[in-house]
Amino acid sequence: MTQYIVLSAILFTIGCVGVLTRRNAIVVFMCVELMLNACNLAFVAFARQHGNLDGQITAFFVMVVAAAEVVIGLAIIMTIFRTRRSASVDDASLLKY
Amino acid sequence: MNLLSHSALLVGLPMAEEGAHAPVVAPDMGAGGVFDLLWLVIALPVLGAVLLLGVAPFLPPSLRATVDKHGHLLGTAMAALSFVLSLVLFVTLLGRDAEERQIGQQLWTWFETGSLTVGMDLLYDPLAALFLLLITGVGSLIHVYAIGYMEHDPRRRRFFGYLNLFVAAMLTLVLSANFVGLFLGWEGVGLASYLLIGFWQHKPSAAAAAKKAFVINRVGDIGLSLAIALMFATFGTTDFGAVSELAGEADQGTLNALGLLLLLGACGKSAQVPLQAWLLDAMEGPTPVSALIHAATMVTAGVYLVVRANFIYELTPVAQTAVVVVATVTLLWGAILGCAKDDIKKALAGSTMSQIGYMMLAAGLGPAGYPYAIFHLLTHGFFKANMFLGAGSVMHGMNDDVDMRHYGALRKAMPVTFLTFAMGYLAIIGFPGFSGFWSKDRIIETALAENLLVGILALLGAGITAFYMTRLMLMTFFTSKRWEEDVHPHESPRVMTVPLIVLAALSVLGGVLLLGDWIKTWLEPVTGTVEHHEPPLPAIVITLIITAVVAIGVAAAWFLVGRREIPREAPRDVSFATRAARADLYGDAINDAVVVRPGAGLVGGLTAFDRHGVDGAVEGGSLAVGGLSSTLRRVQNGFVRSYALSLLGGALLVVLALLAVNLR
Repeated sequence: MTQYIVLSAILFTIGCVGVLTRRNAIVVFMCVELMLNACNLAFVAFARQHGNLDGQITAFFVMVVAAAEVVIGLAIIMTIFRTRRSASVDDASLLKY
Repeated sequence: MNLLSHSALLVGLPMAEEGAHAPVVAPDMGAGGVFDLLWLVIALPVLGAVLLLGVAPFLPPSLRATVDKHGHLLGTAMAALSFVLSLVLFVTLLGRDAEERQIGQQLWTWFETGSLTVGMDLLYDPLAALFLLLITGVGSLIHVYAIGYMEHDPRRRRFFGYLNLFVAAMLTLVLSANFVGLFLGWEGVGLASYLLIGFWQHKPSAAAAAKKAFVINRVGDIGLSLAIALMFATFGTTDFGAVSELAGEADQGTLNALGLLLLLGACGKSAQVPLQAWLLDAMEGPTPVSALIHAATMVTAGVYLVVRANFIYELTPVAQTAVVVVATVTLLWGAILGCAKDDIKKALAGSTMSQIGYMMLAAGLGPAGYPYAIFHLLTHGFFKANMFLGAGSVMHGMNDDVDMRHYGALRKAMPVTFLTFAMGYLAIIGFPGFSGFWSKDRIIETALAENLLVGILALLGAGITAFYMTRLMLMTFFTSKRWEEDVHPHESPRVMTVPLIVLAALSVLGGVLLLGDWIKTWLEPVTGTVEHHEPPLPAIVITLIITAVVAIGVAAAWFLVGRREIPREAPRDVSFATRAARADLYGDAINDAVVVRPGAGLVGGLTAFDRHGVDGAVEGGSLAVGGLSSTLRRVQNGFVRSYALSLLGGALLVVLALLAVNLR
């Protein structure tokens, strides 16, 4: 059990660091997915531990939301890339004070 | 309360005897007959005022010119009709038995909130009857006089509208059967007084005088309105009948407060010390106004209030003592002012103040004094209106000059004015046989019987009255000519002299009201009776003493004024007393020091606090928020990754907070 949680934490941390440090939007995106799936892992592990289905159901929800998010997110990234010829998240910083 | 009643004992006034109650007001409703027309007495002048002030300005120009030309006739007719009706009512009332002389009339419910109901109710009783005759009678005469006096004024129609408004308000004041209705009239006369003092509004002095009168009257009105509120709180009603019944059960503190608050109201309206400063300035108004409002009727409303509220004053010796003290101070104060003024109207105004002091004094002496207060009020209404109109007639002939130092030897130029004025003069100084003699004599006699000190001061006042009135008389009608060069004194037209003659006749004959103590018996249903104390000396001796004091006053005036040459300019190197009297005994200076300057200081302080304290807090707060937000908006830098960092930070904070709460 502990191993699952530790793995989940490691994956989440990697995803987190990736989101904060990488500039490429696609990589940031992948890191977000990594964090989501780290959470999924923890959910499923806890569901197994407690012997009920709540965690597994939540994991399915997370997957569905993640799928929807990927669709919209990739579309946005594509559009930005078409106009700016760049996939760097730091370049799209016009919306500010 | 203990302390206060102690002071009452110090002054030595009799405490109200146990169980000495004023008669309960219990009007006979639906008396029928001519009494059903009671409302019409008020409605007629109201109609006049509405037509002249409310309708006339909206008429087509040609019609309006006609109204402007003849509007005064309508105003005068309304006052005269009201007088005729008052006379009929009075005669009818005279025919009734003494117990049935209180007639009530309920017109409509004025307002109703919760448990409070205030009706538009009228009360016609012997007291109101006398006032009705005075107001409409003297009022009509002054309307007639004003036709001549205001002849060349382009706004004569408006003047008569205001006069009718005044008469209506004054009639409401004396006819109302509850204190709220009385207050309506009270404010109405205040408004009319304001409008009429400032009638010549193009003169800054008149506008300022009107404002001064209005503001000082407000101070008194606060007293009256608080008294009404206290009555609502204590009795749940302000009807004279109910209050007179319930007053006996109220506790002493409430009664004292009621009496003192009503006195404050009376002081404002009747120009009693300490609210006396407005009356002399009020002389800026046209002279008929001074005669009607500031001599005969409105300024005596305070006396009416005290006499009307006798059922309260009977139960509160503290307030009665206060009335006597105020009255005594005022009667001397006004008399002293009268001695020093060179402006004929201001000298008369000082005299009015002093004479109202006499009335208040009598009213403060309880049932023994009430009838004489009203008696003096009536005779004063006659002779003072007479003299004011006489002064107006003199001014009319002297190109509106009011300085007596520019008069002199007018008796030949204006014989009718002189003779009528002389009747008023003899009445006010108390020349034996004239009306003022009877009324003032009775007041001083009663005062001597109740309290020796007050009586002697009132006696002294009579001497000073004789002095300043003789001075006025000598400077105006006798001594040498001191006229301005282009002045040609002439007798006033008939329309002005006829009212003078009628008022002079009344000044002479007013004493008949005392025949067989008629006025005392007549007012008994209102004021009640009490065994009054025997004066320290036989009445005839007192009368002789008063007459002697008056003679001394007249002689003093002759020696100091009549024998000498009167300079056309007021001498400057005069004694301190004269300077003080010329400066209204520093009444304005006192007001300025006690009220105006501290008030201005307070307002200045409050403004500064508002500007720097309140505004500072508000503006400082907004500045702080603005500065903070302009710093904070830098956080919105557009970099997604920095948003992600703050998100993470936030999430960590939430987790830490959850842990902190759960682990505790």
